[in-house]
Amino acid sequence: MKFTEEHEWLRIEDDLVIVGITEHAAEQLGDVVFVELPEIETQVVKGDEISVIESVKAASDILAPVDGEIVAVNEALVDNPSLINEDPLGEGWFFKMQIADMSVLDEFMSEDEYKDFIA
Amino acid sequence: MTDLKRTCLHELHLSLGAKMVPFAGYEMPVQYPMGVMGEHLHTRAQAGLFDVSHMGQVILGARGAAEALEALVPVDVQGLAEGRQRYGFFTTEAGGILDDLMIANRGDHLFLVVNAACKAEDLAHLEAHLQGVEAVMHRALLALQGPAAARALARLVPGVADMRFMDVSTFAWGDVDLWVSRSGYTGEDGFEISLPEHRAEDFARALLEMDEVAPIGLGARDSLRLEAGLCLYGHDIDTDTSPVEAGLNWAIQKVRRRGGAREGGFPGAGRILRELTDGPSRLRVGLRPEGRAPMREGVALFDAEDADTPVGAVTSGAFGPTIGAPMSMGYLPAAKAAPGTRIWGAVRGKRLPAQVVSLPFRPSTYHK
Repeated sequence: MKFTEEHEWLRIEDDLVIVGITEHAAEQLGDVVFVELPEIETQVVKGDEISVIESVKAASDILAPVDGEIVAVNEALVDNPSLINEDPLGEGWFFKMQIADMSVLDEFMSEDEYKDFIA
Repeated sequence: MTDLKRTCLHELHLSLGAKMVPFAGYEMPVQYPMGVMGEHLHTRAQAGLFDVSHMGQVILGARGAAEALEALVPVDVQGLAEGRQRYGFFTTEAGGILDDLMIANRGDHLFLVVNAACKAEDLAHLEAHLQGVEAVMHRALLALQGPAAARALARLVPGVADMRFMDVSTFAWGDVDLWVSRSGYTGEDGFEISLPEHRAEDFARALLEMDEVAPIGLGARDSLRLEAGLCLYGHDIDTDTSPVEAGLNWAIQKVRRRGGAREGGFPGAGRILRELTDGPSRLRVGLRPEGRAPMREGVALFDAEDADTPVGAVTSGAFGPTIGAPMSMGYLPAAKAAPGTRIWGAVRGKRLPAQVVSLPFRPSTYHK
């Protein structure tokens, strides 16, 4: 699993990249009450604001971590946004992306590097 | 967080794991480890303890204080019976609201509780117009709110069980006096308790030891008051909003209205009394977004999905944990303020529909 400075995690599964937010991010946000997911089959560019997450405190943008195509979204979050607090690294995933070159993930942090980053 | 004041319960908040934030010049707990949602639901189900010591406590001790205070508020203060409390507001010459406050008749004096952010201005305003204004120092203010509040507090102070909503009284707890009112800012039955700072932590800990009682931060305080349809000064009401626009007509008793024995005589009476008779041009409303996205403070409101010009704006908005849905308050033209009216809010570049609804979002459960 890889981690971004925007507190997203990326996990490779088959030929797709699954994206969610980290436990640290979920904890900082507080109870999530609303999620707006990207459209499937959208081409996104790294840094695009493609998803919105609202907690009891505030709204935050979720950025596209890499260039690629959104091929699946976690519809369960729409009706049950608390999955993000309960299981941010599992059931609380946001979307799956198809990307051209998996090697772009090398630039992101490992789990240990991310732990140092948020320390 | 330099230059921020701390309440006398600061150490208690830290020991309970509070996340502290700046608020109205104070370092205050926004949440405890239970989290905003959990704290909100706990208060509705059991009892929540709030530190509101940042608020201003003021005594008006001079003879004739009630009559003198009536020159600043459109409230029937002279008719307020001993042992009773009333909600009110200081008005401006233009008919806006300088601050909202609680006014209690404690026998030989009036006791006021004002907002933290306004307390210096409120004191100056009072001192400019009244004799015998005394800022109460070294007293903490706690609120215990929720269906189990009376049961919990009565274990320490049995006499509170006999109080009704908006009663005020003094009780002894050990060697200190508690100034108690049966009131609050959550829509729940509950109490607000002023007590000497040096015993406040012991008193708070005695309550927190009870199974029903949990500490609650400012985050849940805000969502609780919003569900209860209560205004937050500086957001839902301010110097630009009149009490009539804000729907606070109920707090202006007949005796201060047109034809009343003590009609007018407060700042802005011309506008406020006219609006009471003729109706205001805009009104504070409740809004229920049709989707799940909260419409927060500042969201522009439109009377059609494709309208160019906003007709109003949201002044408070959040997710309501008890109602399980987003909720907002805001101002709309009087003609568009009827419950059932459909309105669109501009959220992140999209126009999202919402319904005007009557307030509160969740019925209050005061002990009347």
